[in-house]
Amino acid sequence: MIKARVHVGLKAGVLDPAGKAVEHSLHALGFAGVRGVRTAKSFELVLEETDAVKARAAVEAMCQQLLANTVIETYRIDLEG
Amino acid sequence: MNTGVIVFPGSNCDRDVAVALARAAGRPPVMVWHKETALPPLDLIVVPGGFSFGDYLRAGAIAAHSPVIRAVKDRAATGVPVLGICNGFQVLTECGLLPGVLMRNRDLRFICRDVDLRVDNAAWRFTAGYREGQVVRMPIAHNEGNYFADDATLDRLEGEGQVLFRYCTAEGVVNDAGNPNGSQRNIAGIINASRTVLGMMPHPERVADPDLGGTDGIAFFAGLMTALQ
Repeated sequence: MIKARVHVGLKAGVLDPAGKAVEHSLHALGFAGVRGVRTAKSFELVLEETDAVKARAAVEAMCQQLLANTVIETYRIDLEG
Repeated sequence: MNTGVIVFPGSNCDRDVAVALARAAGRPPVMVWHKETALPPLDLIVVPGGFSFGDYLRAGAIAAHSPVIRAVKDRAATGVPVLGICNGFQVLTECGLLPGVLMRNRDLRFICRDVDLRVDNAAWRFTAGYREGQVVRMPIAHNEGNYFADDATLDRLEGEGQVLFRYCTAEGVVNDAGNPNGSQRNIAGIINASRTVLGMMPHPERVADPDLGGTDGIAFFAGLMTALQ
């Protein structure tokens, strides 16, 4: 079994109003040094596959078809175990 | 005129649009559950508003991969008109029938209020009930209505006359003051390149009865039915 972690975030240049709101709130709490916040989603997948190359290819296809909307989002895949 | 309405778990404007379609078409639409893999013969397919699958993952993303949407895409490829309203618009972008994506509203709030829309292009059957430049009033009710596409896509949509509705002020001016959700270039509704698929965030079916909300949606459905005959 292989565990995959998928990180899905907004592309650079795509406005992230939720990240902006969090940034303002951090400033209000006194964390004046925060120079940018981007929100993201994270998925943990448990796969039957044992071959890392095949597992990565399968998760790549999952990202393209469902986990990310590539019009506005980018993704990163990390495999464990 | 045979119309059909696709129903997902979480759809909540399916009955409203069914009433509007029944009045305009003279007979009620067929209601099609999301698990269906085949569609009856239809002259118009409507993907209604709501919160399909609880908006899990992204609004419209799960519905976009349901069995019935595969059938809708096959039918759309043969030229059958498809209309997506609100969540239906989100589903149509997620399944690739329309370009771009509906992002979270600029101010992070769910917006439920009437807005003014300018009919940018009345040359196609979806806006046959209106005239170009006309300002109509319809409600919006969404959290993710902020239309986004890259500049090349936006230029193409505008250049090809694929923007049918834009958010505007009551005077019909398309500017930031008339933009409720941050949509790029104030886009509220677009059609695909072959002019057979329309997606729009405002709800014409909620202003299709003089006793309920307003009447600006009556011409929308009446014009569409006439154009489809």
